[in-house]
Amino acid sequence: MSAYFEFLLRMGDNTLILGHRVSEWCGHTPVIEEDIALANTALDLIGQTQMWLGLAAEVEGKGRTADDLAMLRDAWDFRNVLMVEKPNGDFGQTLMRQFLFDAFHLEMLKGLTTSSEPRVAEIAAKAVKEVLYHVERSGDTVIGLGDGTAESHERMQDALNLMWPYVGEMFASDDVDTEMLSTGIAPDLNQLRIAFDAHVGAVMADATLTIPDSTFAHKGGKSGFQHTEHLGHILTQMQWLQRAYPGASW
Amino acid sequence: MYAQMIKSEATQDDPERLAAFQARIDAGEKIEPKDWMPEGYRKTLIRQIGQHAHSEIVGQLPEGNWITRAPTLERKAILLAKVQDEAGHGLYLYCAAETLGVTRDELTEMLLDGRMKYSSIFNYPTLTWADMGAVGWLVDGAAIMNQVPLQRTSYGPYSRSMIRICKEESFHQRQGYDIMMKMAKGTDAQKRMAQDALNRMWFPSLMMFGPSDAESVHSEQSMSWKIKMNGNDELRQKFVDQTVPQAEYLGLTVPDPDLKWNDEKGGYDFTGPNWDEFFDVLRGNGPCNKERLAARNKAWNDGAWVRDGLMAHAEKKRAARMAAE
Repeated sequence: MSAYFEFLLRMGDNTLILGHRVSEWCGHTPVIEEDIALANTALDLIGQTQMWLGLAAEVEGKGRTADDLAMLRDAWDFRNVLMVEKPNGDFGQTLMRQFLFDAFHLEMLKGLTTSSEPRVAEIAAKAVKEVLYHVERSGDTVIGLGDGTAESHERMQDALNLMWPYVGEMFASDDVDTEMLSTGIAPDLNQLRIAFDAHVGAVMADATLTIPDSTFAHKGGKSGFQHTEHLGHILTQMQWLQRAYPGASW
Repeated sequence: MYAQMIKSEATQDDPERLAAFQARIDAGEKIEPKDWMPEGYRKTLIRQIGQHAHSEIVGQLPEGNWITRAPTLERKAILLAKVQDEAGHGLYLYCAAETLGVTRDELTEMLLDGRMKYSSIFNYPTLTWADMGAVGWLVDGAAIMNQVPLQRTSYGPYSRSMIRICKEESFHQRQGYDIMMKMAKGTDAQKRMAQDALNRMWFPSLMMFGPSDAESVHSEQSMSWKIKMNGNDELRQKFVDQTVPQAEYLGLTVPDPDLKWNDEKGGYDFTGPNWDEFFDVLRGNGPCNKERLAARNKAWNDGAWVRDGLMAHAEKKRAARMAAE
């Protein structure tokens, strides 16, 4: 697997799996405006998936399509970070997961708009507009619920404690990231982390939430070495029709 | 047709005002929220628009059931967009109802405790991917039959909501038919799914128009107020006449052995739905009534802390702004 291909899978698998999770809320959110907003977020993420996995399939050059990559790989070939696999939990956990991912995603996409690969820069330029809106909305909601009632504050603090150990993986650099940086395809994750910490720190302060004093990070998603148990269950739903009726056109 | 069996409320207003009101409607004027209106007109509209709004919201559930299992990324995106539109339709309609002096929360509570209804169709399950096609083709198709004329309804905010909604519904119907085309021209298993979906959805779709006009004792007042624009049987006939050739084009069989073109009336003769089943569904005994209402109640109850939290935060911000001024 080339580093470039693997990097594109990471981008596309993150948006695919998070889009899947967010879409599970359709019809079940606390208020209609959130049904609309979460469906819209999921829709953007699935649209971005089509672009990233579409490019990945081209780069791979084995005749696979974005749909083949989404629907016909098993869990160990997925390259998304563990955080996006986490179950939705309550609405607070969903929004906390969304904000932490959005804050990373925004910095990543901003960096990718000046990628040495024009196709990557093009996709990033389109996606960054959507993600600017996602992070504004998820950040405002984290603030509103963190600094809301005693109950909402407690739930949001619990959500932050739950999700925090999954932040580190997004910025943990490995051989793929090093090659992407040296070829100018993707930005330096250490630099992204600085911007992320400033952004997240400001939002959590407004939300009156305390960032856990721990740098511990679960890992294994972006390398594909060890996903959570949840990913397999996501795939059983997502891939079911394609697996049950191979070769059919939908 | 997301509003069924809407009973017109009796009105005991001054006959002169009533006559002047009727004259405005007959002249094609739109009634706006601040205008005088008979109490029966207001109450009937609240019930009808509310039921329509509830149908959009509950209607997210049978389609939402397939978002995570959509067979391709493209189909997933289209279905997400469609379900999002439905939530948006619910929102416009609740806003239209609010102009009549009822809040969205009041309407929601009436849905959740069973005082208000939603369309019977959403109490049927979606069992295969072909059902996503059939819902768009048949259910949205039936809804459009009713909603296109409602663009000319007498109540301004309702009419304007319908204009926006109809634009999106026609896209929904086309995407449904597109799914059916793929299935009907696909593998044997896909064809079987498509036929099975039509078999299950056909009669429930015919029920969407409500019982025969001969049995609908409440229609007349709503018709003269232009809250209801057409008779139930008339719309049902139009739907059958439009849909049968579409089924034939797909190579599917409408599950009605007595379906026959009638040259004399220029339309099809067809078997009506089983109205006992319809009334059973309305009474709460449809295949999914319990699940649908339980899902909406759970969403509302589980979301209480979110709504309270966001309200409390907004209040804190308002208080801080006041203190700063």
